[in-house]
Amino acid sequence: MSSFSVTEPSRRSKWFAGTMVILYALITMVPLVWIMMTGFKSPADAISYPPKVVFEPTLEGYVNLFTTRTRQTEEFLAANPPQTWYEEIVREYDMVIAGPSKFGERFLNSVIIGFGSTFLSIFLGTLAAYAFSRFKIPFADDLLFFILSTRMMPPIAVAIPIFLMYRQLGLSDTHLGMILLYTGVNISLAVWLLKGFIDEIPLEYEEAALIDGYTRFQAFYKVVLPQAATGIASTAIFCLIFAWNEYAFAVLLTSGTAQTAPPFIPTIIGVGGLDWPAVAAGATIFLLPVMIFTILLRKHLLRGITFGAVRK
Amino acid sequence: MSDTPATRAAAATPPRVARKIKGLSDRAIAWIFVGPTIFLLLAINIFPLIWTINLSFTNFKANRIGREVKNVGLRNYERILTDSDIWLNMQATAHFLFWTIFFQVLIGFTLAYLINKKFKGNDLWTTIIVLPMMLSPAVVGNFWKFLYQPQIGLFNYVVGFLTGRDPSSFEMLGSVELAPWSIVIVDTWMWTPFVMLICLAGLRSIPDYIYEAAEVDRASKLRQFFTITIPMVLPFLMLAILFRGIENFKMFDLVVQLTGGGPGSTTELTSINLKREAFEKWRTGYASAYAIILFVTVFGLASIYVKALNKVKER
Repeated sequence: MSSFSVTEPSRRSKWFAGTMVILYALITMVPLVWIMMTGFKSPADAISYPPKVVFEPTLEGYVNLFTTRTRQTEEFLAANPPQTWYEEIVREYDMVIAGPSKFGERFLNSVIIGFGSTFLSIFLGTLAAYAFSRFKIPFADDLLFFILSTRMMPPIAVAIPIFLMYRQLGLSDTHLGMILLYTGVNISLAVWLLKGFIDEIPLEYEEAALIDGYTRFQAFYKVVLPQAATGIASTAIFCLIFAWNEYAFAVLLTSGTAQTAPPFIPTIIGVGGLDWPAVAAGATIFLLPVMIFTILLRKHLLRGITFGAVRK
Repeated sequence: MSDTPATRAAAATPPRVARKIKGLSDRAIAWIFVGPTIFLLLAINIFPLIWTINLSFTNFKANRIGREVKNVGLRNYERILTDSDIWLNMQATAHFLFWTIFFQVLIGFTLAYLINKKFKGNDLWTTIIVLPMMLSPAVVGNFWKFLYQPQIGLFNYVVGFLTGRDPSSFEMLGSVELAPWSIVIVDTWMWTPFVMLICLAGLRSIPDYIYEAAEVDRASKLRQFFTITIPMVLPFLMLAILFRGIENFKMFDLVVQLTGGGPGSTTELTSINLKREAFEKWRTGYASAYAIILFVTVFGLASIYVKALNKVKER
């Protein structure tokens, strides 16, 4: 490109643009950094005024997040010296660890339901997307629009019957029920994104495979699937992020065994109100995987968002 | 290849039969592939929706299963549409929609325009800006509640520091005037990146030669901006507004955690009100009618909007 190109921005405007964007990015980061910092504060530091930027880090929030504790008499504490570093932390408040908290369980539920529904959405979505991309399906456009329109529905509009239906079928508050539900919500996105990716794979590859004597199935999983792998991966991340973050259905349809972390984290109560360091620790652990995903796979994610949106 | 039973059988049989043995017909495969998805959507989305429509004409209460269910005709709809409280919730929702979209478009487009200047390292900063929209709204809302605390919250402290006001003199979540804005701020923080990304896609779709031609015609930079950039990005921008509009109309998790609808009912958006009717007061029939009214509203507005969008695209 010559220096006379009219579309190449001048150095000064680049510098200005860079400064403004970086400024906005830094402001965006403040709440996130604050969450992470609060996770390492002591309860007193977390609610001090003015807010403390420099503080002595402690793992108290994380210990409180993963354990339940009870107050103990001084005689008991003196007779039983602390065994571990986390025992030592709670001893400062005359407490002993009574057992694990429910956070681990809830987090595990998030993992099971998130990955389960992602797997199912991708499995069904890839098959449907392949069929829409390669075969003549009657009313294909109408069907595709129908698939998309299911996404416009407010969750609460269908939550009542699903609640009743799940109670009848014994699916309420089960992992399977939530996996099926999230798959139902995710699949429209999966079909649309994946159809776009499969459309881009040249038809010639499959034709060659078919001429070589492959069946349709073989051509599908030996030729098309490997070609669509990156598309499938980025779609999977979108499905996972949705299922991971979902709150409305989780809070309405689950109460115990299948409850995920988002309804649980805000309920972590300490002595006298919300235990903010523990809440922050829970939020950090919960948000971190998604943040790491986003940073590692930024190219695919950004493409997926714009691509999905622009296609619709 | 040649050792699979299917191909061996195919080699030994006449061509016509071979085709059938080698695999299912394309049409059968198509239905096997699409069928499960359609079935799941019918079971999880369409069937419940039809059920909701049915319930909306009854006085059914989900917490009293044994009770006799009476058909009340259109009475639920009548009661909702004449209820002044619900109109207030609608107003709150409209207010929320208008301001979030206003700020998100303004900031989102500006950011996209700046990022499109291709300065060094823009990729990294774009990723950081995008982070909030990947996070769980419920968890984020819960945490912003902490930032908004008048005595100890970072938000109040920073605002107080910048404006010289006493940080504990205003309560973002507790005061009637400020509570709606506290939601607008968080929603803008979370979702401006979405509008930004779509605008960026729009800006990048404009071919360079159009600007080069404009330059030859000696059109000023400002003129180029208004006659090329804006019209070319407009369809993308309108699409982003459509998605944000639908999503924000359904908005639930963030608001539940931030304000829970309060103080009073100043931030009680329709979806929160609906949840209260359905799962706290257990007026299932009434709530179903409410849900249908909301769904029809979104669908109606969205289809009018899509028509307008298509007109813009045609130009």
